[in-house]
Amino acid sequence: MNWLSSYIRPKIRSIVGEQKDVPDNLWQKCPACEGMIFHREMTDNDAVCHHCGHHMKITVQKRIELLFDQGEYSRIKLPNVPEDPLKFKDKKKYVDRLKDSRAKTKEKDALIVGLGRIGGQKAVVAAFNFSFMGGSMGAAVGEGLVTAAQTAVKEKAALIVVPSSGGARMQEGAISLMQMPRSIVGVTMVKNAGFPYIVLLTHPTTGGVSASFAMVGDIHISEPGAMIGFAGKRVIEETIREKLPDDFQTAEYLLEHGMVDMVVSRDQLNTKIGKILTLLMETKKDYTPEGKNEPNGSSEQTPFPDNKDRKEKTKGNVTSLDKARNKKKKAKKRHQSKKNKSQTPSQKTATH
Amino acid sequence: MLDFEKPILELESKIRELRNASSDDTLNIAEEISRMEIKAQRLIQHTYSKLTPAQKVKVARHKDRPHFHDYIKNMIEDFTPLAGDRLFGEDLALIGGLGRFNGQSVVVMGQEKGADTESRLKHNFGMARPEGYRKAQRLMKMAEQFKIPVITLVDTAGAYPGLGAEERGQSEAIAKSIEVSLNLKTPIVSAIIGEGGSGGAIAIATADRIIMLAHSIYSVISPEGCASILWRSADYAKDAAGALKLTAEDMLKNGLIDSIVKEPLGGAHRQKEKAIRRVQAKISDSLQELSSLSPDQLVEARHAKFLQMGRKAA
Ligand SMILES: [Zn+2]
Ligand SMILES: [Zn+2]
Repeated sequence: MNWLSSYIRPKIRSIVGEQKDVPDNLWQKCPACEGMIFHREMTDNDAVCHHCGHHMKITVQKRIELLFDQGEYSRIKLPNVPEDPLKFKDKKKYVDRLKDSRAKTKEKDALIVGLGRIGGQKAVVAAFNFSFMGGSMGAAVGEGLVTAAQTAVKEKAALIVVPSSGGARMQEGAISLMQMPRSIVGVTMVKNAGFPYIVLLTHPTTGGVSASFAMVGDIHISEPGAMIGFAGKRVIEETIREKLPDDFQTAEYLLEHGMVDMVVSRDQLNTKIGKILTLLMETKKDYTPEGKNEPNGSSEQTPFPDNKDRKEKTKGNVTSLDKARNKKKKAKKRHQSKKNKSQTPSQKTATH
Repeated sequence: MLDFEKPILELESKIRELRNASSDDTLNIAEEISRMEIKAQRLIQHTYSKLTPAQKVKVARHKDRPHFHDYIKNMIEDFTPLAGDRLFGEDLALIGGLGRFNGQSVVVMGQEKGADTESRLKHNFGMARPEGYRKAQRLMKMAEQFKIPVITLVDTAGAYPGLGAEERGQSEAIAKSIEVSLNLKTPIVSAIIGEGGSGGAIAIATADRIIMLAHSIYSVISPEGCASILWRSADYAKDAAGALKLTAEDMLKNGLIDSIVKEPLGGAHRQKEKAIRRVQAKISDSLQELSSLSPDQLVEARHAKFLQMGRKAA
């Protein structure tokens, strides 16, 4: 079955979180096709349904890992910002919401930034953590984006931002609104320095996030099925009193309407972005790892070995860590495909 | 009519009645009128000196509040509206054009909400579609090319949430407007004259100087929208209006705007021309301040201005 035709709208929001109906938590139901997915298969396939190709939510750590070459990167420490500037309280205090989210995610706020390589090219990735207050953008996220941009300029690297966000963080009032221009000031630094700025739009990207840094990339890439838009679907339906098309605000809809350059499945992201970066950085050879005129200083301070070294390292002289990881992964996959045949309910497999 | 203005309006209508009756020229009535006028004046002063955030939301949205066209009429000579984004269409929710401000050529633009049912529909209640924001970008770039300043008058509940708007990239249009504003090599001065509604407002309010009329509001989401999401009921809009810190005073305190223009007694809707003249004076001062900066200095200062928003606690 084509994954497009089996893309079931109402289920889109209920990504994961349905494990309870499933015996032992070992099996998970795909929210799009309802096919059963074994937990290890879920991990190996980076949470993409092997029946229908539906892309499910992954943790921000996993997200950042799968973008970088060999999953290697170093975390960039983000500056602190004044907390709860408005002393905001609805039914619950904002400080308590922050506390809860921090306990849940073990992260300070909704953005994590890493420096590494993609396709051998230096890149800074700033990824949103949807599990942290819906990935909403307040001053901390804005500060993180600015830091990511400054790091990209300093390291002569590309900037890749990966939004997954409901929009601005209401609890910071107009301060969150001002993160829209503020994040674009950051992006402008990267553009002015001549480094690529790529946006990888993931599910969901809406509101003030979609209407700021996320839509001014040199290149816009999206994951299949991601919901991307300015206004919420319900708000629009209430305003125009009309039913919206089924594929409304999906990545494919945006592709058709000229708002994204391409829709790329999760397993292809590293390769695709790597290729793009290599093409874009061609005239910036001075700054690329292989460059002959690499200015002294900054590159030597980076936590990354020279590209040439890295290639040698991975090709000829694979580290024991890499070896171990590859072995484990291969073994897992083999084990997985065998087990599937016997364990997946045959009916479910048959429908796909 | 605003609920908290009811006693004022009742008193004023009584005064009118008495005036009409006073053709009988009894001295008593004249005295009574002047006594009541003083009372009304005090009542207005009292009411408007302690408006709650929720009441300010109502004043900001008052149907008689001076709108874009009132400002153009009173503040801009030779206004020459310019239409279209050159890509898809014209958007009458966001009007823009050339004109003369204090004798100086400017590009001026802003949302027009409309004053009656017909004009409200025509201007889509001041809620712009992507075409509006793309026209804004076009006019800003033109201002840059001809080295003339940009004045924006912000008054919108927000960008229009519609099917076509999404189809044609509302997000991209707003984002690009912000980007163009941030990097524009000519001065931009914005005045929030009514509602500064979220992304639809910031799209044309990323400026060197941001001015707010005292009873205007500026917010990331409408109090109603915020209440229905966080309190799970729009009935809590009053609480949300307070929590969002959307008044001009709060905005200044939080370092997000540059100055507040005092409104005439009883709000801008009671003395439109007076309010407009005050806004005009503040825009004029702001342009004066910016006139000594080179294009590169302007852009640098604008970047620095927005870069610090959220860094300092109030
Ligand atoms: Zn599926
Ligand atoms: Zn269409």
